[in-house]
Amino acid sequence: MSKSTLGLAALGVSSVLLLSACGGGGGSDSGASGSFDQATTEVVNASDEQGGTLRYAISANIESTDLGNTYYGYVWNFSRYYARTLLTYSAEPGKTTETVPDMAAEMPKISDDGTSYTVKLRDGLTYEDGSAITSEDVKYGIARSNYGDDALPNGPRYFKELLADSDDYQGVNADPSDPLAGFGGIETPDDQTLVFHLKEPFADFPYVLVQPQTAPVPADADKGQQYQEHVLSSGPYKFEGDWSPGNGLTLVRNEEWDPDSDPVRPALPDKITVEEGVDQNEIDQRLVNGELDVDLGGTGLGPAKKGEVLTDEAAKANADNPENGSLRYVAVNTVVEPLDNEACRQAVMYAADHDSLQRAWGGAAGGEIPNDVIPPAIEGHDPKLDLYPSEGDKGDVEKAKAKLEECGQEDGFSTNLGVRSDRPTEVAAAEALQASLDRVGIEVDIKQYPSDTFTNTQAGSPDFVHDNDLGLNVYGWIPDWPTGYGFLSYIAHGDNIKKAGNSNVSELDDKEINEMLSDAVKTEDTSEQERLYKEVDRRIMETGAILPIVFEKSVLYRPENLTNVRFSAGYAMYDYMPLGTTNS
Amino acid sequence: MSAPSDAPEKQVEDNGAAAGAASGKAPAAAERSLRQIAWQRFRRDKVAMGGAIVVVLLIAMAVLAPLLTRLFGFPPNEFHQSLMDPLTGGALNDPADPASGIDPWGGMSSEHLLGLEPVTGRDMFSRIVYGAQISLLVAFGATVLCVVIGTVLGIIAGYFGGITDTIISRAMDIFLAFPLLLFAIALAGVVPDGAFGLQGNALRVGLLIFIIGFFNWPYIGRIVRGQTLTLKEREFVEAARSLGAGSGHILFRELLPNLITPILVYSTLLIPTNIIFEASLSFLGVGINPPTPSWGGMLSNSLDFYTTSPHYVIIPGLAIFLTVLAFNLFGDGLRDAFDPRSSD
Repeated sequence: MSKSTLGLAALGVSSVLLLSACGGGGGSDSGASGSFDQATTEVVNASDEQGGTLRYAISANIESTDLGNTYYGYVWNFSRYYARTLLTYSAEPGKTTETVPDMAAEMPKISDDGTSYTVKLRDGLTYEDGSAITSEDVKYGIARSNYGDDALPNGPRYFKELLADSDDYQGVNADPSDPLAGFGGIETPDDQTLVFHLKEPFADFPYVLVQPQTAPVPADADKGQQYQEHVLSSGPYKFEGDWSPGNGLTLVRNEEWDPDSDPVRPALPDKITVEEGVDQNEIDQRLVNGELDVDLGGTGLGPAKKGEVLTDEAAKANADNPENGSLRYVAVNTVVEPLDNEACRQAVMYAADHDSLQRAWGGAAGGEIPNDVIPPAIEGHDPKLDLYPSEGDKGDVEKAKAKLEECGQEDGFSTNLGVRSDRPTEVAAAEALQASLDRVGIEVDIKQYPSDTFTNTQAGSPDFVHDNDLGLNVYGWIPDWPTGYGFLSYIAHGDNIKKAGNSNVSELDDKEINEMLSDAVKTEDTSEQERLYKEVDRRIMETGAILPIVFEKSVLYRPENLTNVRFSAGYAMYDYMPLGTTNS
Repeated sequence: MSAPSDAPEKQVEDNGAAAGAASGKAPAAAERSLRQIAWQRFRRDKVAMGGAIVVVLLIAMAVLAPLLTRLFGFPPNEFHQSLMDPLTGGALNDPADPASGIDPWGGMSSEHLLGLEPVTGRDMFSRIVYGAQISLLVAFGATVLCVVIGTVLGIIAGYFGGITDTIISRAMDIFLAFPLLLFAIALAGVVPDGAFGLQGNALRVGLLIFIIGFFNWPYIGRIVRGQTLTLKEREFVEAARSLGAGSGHILFRELLPNLITPILVYSTLLIPTNIIFEASLSFLGVGINPPTPSWGGMLSNSLDFYTTSPHYVIIPGLAIFLTVLAFNLFGDGLRDAFDPRSSD
């Protein structure tokens, strides 16, 4: 990896100035910047040229810059500029769902019984003030984001779920004299070693160590939720001034960062800026104009610009169309009558017109038509599975009618379909499903709900679903990490049905599925895991509880001035760490 | 407009000075009631007549929607996806060839008069025609509600005065200061799917009518109150009172007939405001449920396709524009006809 010395950086700046001067005169059709979808599988505009300002913008405000207080993939990706984690996703194309060491010197050592993970930190890790990063700081960062009633609210709580000997620990504020007293789940025998003790084997634990919660936070720097104003940097960049939501963020080089300690970050730009609260259409237009480098949100072009870019050959060459790891589906409830009958659910599966659903989602650029629930990037996906075949994916009306007869509803039935009113794509899919189910006499009423409450109190509340006869709900799932368990446990494991904020909207509670999922994550045997996940995948499709709409694809745009671009399946967007720019 | 016939006595009284009723001499021209005069004036106003004709056509279109779509269109919720490009959702130049590119006219043809809705391929003509039903139903319903509440409270405030007037007038101020759009969005979000004995879209339409009507009554209320204040000092009211008529009789038999004209004029001007309000609410996703078409909802969906299917933006936009314009011209003409001082 390239080293950052002042001399090299200065050279980078001057050559960039030259380049942009040429570009200004001769138009920006350099042409060599890649072809459609190229960055999905390889690096586009490979470069180790340092310097310049990398310009990000986002349509909302940044959720939080605090590593312990965020659940958005784009923050997990972006925060690595100023916060190093124990492990991270590989930046090597084709391997971007694999974990690699970041602050860890090597991958964790796992004990024979699978319940303890030992991580050694690298030498030479420092904060922006020059002080050394210790294993205790990492432990503190995990404690403040997971434990106690006053733990930071936004992030996941995987450590709390998984770590042993910590059930009585009340968080970092319980005992001011010793914030970590009683937190037995992580041992720190010396300044460079962490030993994680798990309640039971959990093969996906390395993915938990990728989360930004494993970034170090020194106890005396912690200011609770105010820590986000100025996170003490452990990475190649640090905050310029303070950040407050909505006012944008500027990162400048952290001279204390030692490139020798960091194989992950080439740290090409001299400066990184983020504009917040910019309208999505404006972001898209500025990307295409080359006035912006990256849409921080990482969800791709909005629908209007997408249509324009995909129909313009020149612009299309600068676009990528990767699967973003999420499954869009209709949760077919297993409790609401008559869908509590498996044959009735299978009738819905047969009757659905998948061609129409895919069109509603933006056609082939919006996603692939799935025949199972585990996306292709994740182990357990079965491309050969096809339980509900139909000609041209138009649905099989005859088979659907036969299934209706089997479940005693030969005249069809009526049910309600819940959908988020402010998401036009989801409403379009709802209308498409409504039209296709109408063909077999299943009468569907579309009910719209606001998206900020939908996953918590409408579709996310089994009581609400039952009371309002919501047999169907348009839903989607993006896993916290790309494994079968990470993907399926929340949407298909019976133990995860909750009173509110329920993600298992189908209320699928199948003994076989529950057991196979729990077994799969306890074994380190990858071929056994694969077998179990494939079986779960097939069984879920059989139950008819999940009607897949698409394996979603986004249309990402890479301006020609953006260098070193590649898609990361781990973050489901461009990998932000290698990016450079030819802007001055 | 109804043909002029025998005008009620009170109208003549109201118009007393002009008609010279007290003089006993009644030349033919002076015999004409205010309505007859207004109708003549209105007929001469070509712009207003144009508006009136469009209004009549729109109402006919909404009422005859099932017939019109059977003759010239398709069922409004019928998909025609074989005509559409799967990638961009636009209408194909040649349905037989998926690679033929997108028709910039949105698939307008003798079959699909106004083209096709992107992605679904639903017939735009049918959806516009059915959309008129929702727009006009909500606008008329809300206007009736406004007028009823506004007239009753306005006439009471104006006639009784004193503390009654103070209370009602302050209530009007409060209603006018209400952040209506925000309230409407919040209310539409929390009202359950079935309530007040209504279900689904019947409830949504009812809710829209209630929200728009219940919060816009002070406009009519203030006008009615002002008119009542002047009318109640007039001789015919004094006469009725001295003959021992009760308040109820004076309010609804003596005053109300003389208020019909301004109420009619201002409700005609209220309708276009309400159409825009309904479209705004549908645009913001708190209108009626899909797949029932509404103009505001179409406009809202169309923003995702404006680069590839511009007709989807233009047609519902034009429908709203024409309707609002027609009602405004009609209402303006009506006002000028009844109140010549306001025209030139």
